[in-house]
Amino acid sequence: MQSYLYIALFAPLVSSLFAAIFAQQKKIQLVGIITSILIALSFFASVELLVYLMQTNKIVHATLFDWIVIGDMNVKFGFTVDHVTAVMMVVVTLVSALVHIYSNYYMEHDKSFNRFFSYLSAFVFSMLVLVMSDSFLGLFIGWEGVGVCSWLLIGFWYYKKDETRDVNPSISPSWAANEAFIMNRIADLGLLIGIFLIFWNVGSLKYNDFFAAIPNLNHGLLVAIGIALFIGAMGKSAQFPLHTWLADAMEGPTPVSALIHAATMVTAGVYLVIRANPLYSQIPGVGYFIAVLGTFVAIFAASMALVNRDLKRVIAYSTLSQLGYMFAAAGLGAYWVALFHLAAHAFFKALLFLSAGNVMHAMHDELDMFKMGGLKKYMAKTYLMMGIASLALSGIYPFAGFFSKDTILEVAFNEETYGIWFVLWFTAGLTAFYSFRQVFLVFHGDERFHELGIHPHEAKPYALWAMAPLAVLAVIAGFFKEEFVEFITKFLPPYEMSEHTEHLVWFFIIVTMGIALTGIFIAYKKYANGLRRDPKVENSFLYKLLFNQYYIPIFYEKAFAKPYKELSDIAWKEIDQEIVDATVDGIAKAVEVTGDVSRRAQNGNLSTYLKWMAFGLIFISLIALISVVVK
Amino acid sequence: MSVGLSEYLILAVILFVIGLTGVIRRKNLLMLFFATEIMLNAANVALAALSSYMGDLTGQMFALFIIAIAASEVAVGLGLLILVYKKYGTLDLDDLNLLKG
Amino acid sequence: MEAIAFYVFGILITALFLVTVFSKNVLYAMSALAAGMVLISGLYFVLGADFLGAVQLVVYSGAIMALYAFGMMFFDATRDIKEKNQAPLAVFLLSGLSALILVVIFAAPQIGHNVRALLATPKGMDNPHAIGAVLFTKYLIPFEVAAVMLLVAMIAGIVLASKKMEVSLSESDDYLVEEHEMKEQK
Repeated sequence: MQSYLYIALFAPLVSSLFAAIFAQQKKIQLVGIITSILIALSFFASVELLVYLMQTNKIVHATLFDWIVIGDMNVKFGFTVDHVTAVMMVVVTLVSALVHIYSNYYMEHDKSFNRFFSYLSAFVFSMLVLVMSDSFLGLFIGWEGVGVCSWLLIGFWYYKKDETRDVNPSISPSWAANEAFIMNRIADLGLLIGIFLIFWNVGSLKYNDFFAAIPNLNHGLLVAIGIALFIGAMGKSAQFPLHTWLADAMEGPTPVSALIHAATMVTAGVYLVIRANPLYSQIPGVGYFIAVLGTFVAIFAASMALVNRDLKRVIAYSTLSQLGYMFAAAGLGAYWVALFHLAAHAFFKALLFLSAGNVMHAMHDELDMFKMGGLKKYMAKTYLMMGIASLALSGIYPFAGFFSKDTILEVAFNEETYGIWFVLWFTAGLTAFYSFRQVFLVFHGDERFHELGIHPHEAKPYALWAMAPLAVLAVIAGFFKEEFVEFITKFLPPYEMSEHTEHLVWFFIIVTMGIALTGIFIAYKKYANGLRRDPKVENSFLYKLLFNQYYIPIFYEKAFAKPYKELSDIAWKEIDQEIVDATVDGIAKAVEVTGDVSRRAQNGNLSTYLKWMAFGLIFISLIALISVVVK
Repeated sequence: MSVGLSEYLILAVILFVIGLTGVIRRKNLLMLFFATEIMLNAANVALAALSSYMGDLTGQMFALFIIAIAASEVAVGLGLLILVYKKYGTLDLDDLNLLKG
Repeated sequence: MEAIAFYVFGILITALFLVTVFSKNVLYAMSALAAGMVLISGLYFVLGADFLGAVQLVVYSGAIMALYAFGMMFFDATRDIKEKNQAPLAVFLLSGLSALILVVIFAAPQIGHNVRALLATPKGMDNPHAIGAVLFTKYLIPFEVAAVMLLVAMIAGIVLASKKMEVSLSESDDYLVEEHEMKEQK
């Protein structure tokens, strides 16, 4: 079984290195094909591992080599495939493989075709290291690896010029990439502190050693570790207040948004919380905080999605909102529910993004939904896929989102946190509204794109075929809930609903479906028959507040970026130039002056040299004499 | 009236300093060679005196080797002096300052 | 007797060497040097280093001074050397200071007391015998090395003195030498 583990892990690395060889060259179609095949290979190996785990229930370990050996410290570079990892691996490699295939279509006219595949495969490798590692250190390596790949891919079109916030809220790809990277650095410091605390107090970074040591650690320390690790998770999963980067990350190519900023990387934070479940179940206070924050982010992000006109940004906010759901579930102790929603969300959100990619292609990269409309006539298949994804996202029976999201609501009710339940329930309605606002704006109503002189066209068949498995999974994934629960609870703690909740299940289903359908209905009324813009609403304070993302990016810029820049200016002009540079220059100057002075001693006349020699003789004899006398 | 080791050593020092004075004072290469010979001889005197007063032959051995070295030095040095004189027509150090820094 | 010999020799040697160092005439300087060498061999005889004295006479006063005499045939020996002594104060200070320090060092009681005889003079032999015995046992290898060194020096002296100096040594590319030789043949 270890060989499957190695295949799953290293096929993406090989793929990335292979594509990297041709990174600077013109498009080579073979690169796209071979990387897709290698990622698919990784997927099949992951499935094999999952099946093996299902049948034997044995966890697969592999140790590559001793990594860091210093004194008593011995960190091994090891991997493990347990139930959580297997699920994550299958989700990651499946979405990755499909996105790779799809990218062949999406990037077909891009001049950096090969480079794109190299980055994308490198991302898959990093993500697999993240989920497969058996220690926090390996997780951290993968964590940073996906961060770098995310940076590379968001800034993939680095040559685009900066624009003002009014024209493009994310300014430019390179700006967005830097923003994402820096925000993640802030959070990674938290993660790193958590890792240091663990190593300091436990002496090992292996998950198993740490979890075994938890009963011996005092509560305050556990809370500190829990908070530190969660800060890391907040950055990667873009939770408030580190959320602004995710929407700006939409500057990257759409397959990247589908893979990294919807299905996999952003869920790493949720994965971390699930992975550290023995820790978080010991500190329910922190767990409750996580749940509250997740709930807040869910409605906070959904509210911003309500008014946004940018196709990809709406989906990004919805990702943010769904991540909030996952954290709410994980924070309340329902770890498998969070993992289930993570997997289901990965499928339908990737599908949603890829559909958006088709629309973008048809619209020649126009993202403003107010300029689209009536596309269902031209792109029926994409319409179907996006409809499925939106239904799943809204949580309509029998789509995948229904099962996972409904369970989260049940958990919230079961924990008697009715506030969380109510907010999440209301957010479900908002989700349905903005999802279908999007669908109706893009595919229904009058054809507003003619003014721009665009002739929409359907995507190539193989791109649609690449999306088909996701569409199928978005429909049927929910029906595997029982099997999933049975499989995953062998590893994760089970979560039992109380009798009281069990009785109310049907009530929940009706209530949840009710608000979702209401949301869809309102969206239909408002947008299905063409766009009617109401200047009164658009000029209202609330609308502007939401449209400008609560003015948070501007606030960050004014409150943090500007003072930091001024501080840097001072450090540069006052400290660096006046002190550091001056010191270095002074040394150079001193050397130059002494050199210039002593140069004159070398006048080419042997007689002078002999005089110096005599002087040296006297000097040395004097030292000898003094040393003897002193002794 | 007998002579002690110190007298010999002080004589050697005097001779050595005479040689040193010559080395730093003279500008003619040939005279520099003469001064060097004086310094070598001063060292020899000191060695021979020590050897004889300590009852140790090492000093005399070194004196012998110094003489051998002096002989070689003169052989090579004179050859070079002749070359320099042929090339530049002078042996004055003030005129031989091509290696100016 | 020994004291008289020492002082007579010492004063004479000092005087002769002073002449060597301060004379303007090369010939005088060289003659004074040669005489000083001879007198130094006298000091060796007084010290009982007979063999060293003989070597001094033969090698220094004989061979080396003869070599200088031959070398001087290349230069104009009769003309006075014109030297400008730019820094008499520096010369005075440097020589005076070094003299002072060296005298202090050699006159210091510690030095004389700390010296031990490592290789005692063999008993029952006269000086040349003893030297021979030591030279060919303990100092055999340095002796041979010195012999090779003298050979090398001899060859070097011959090569240097016979070099054609119209061609610069530092630029002595072979073709230049050949060109020069061809010119001479014409």
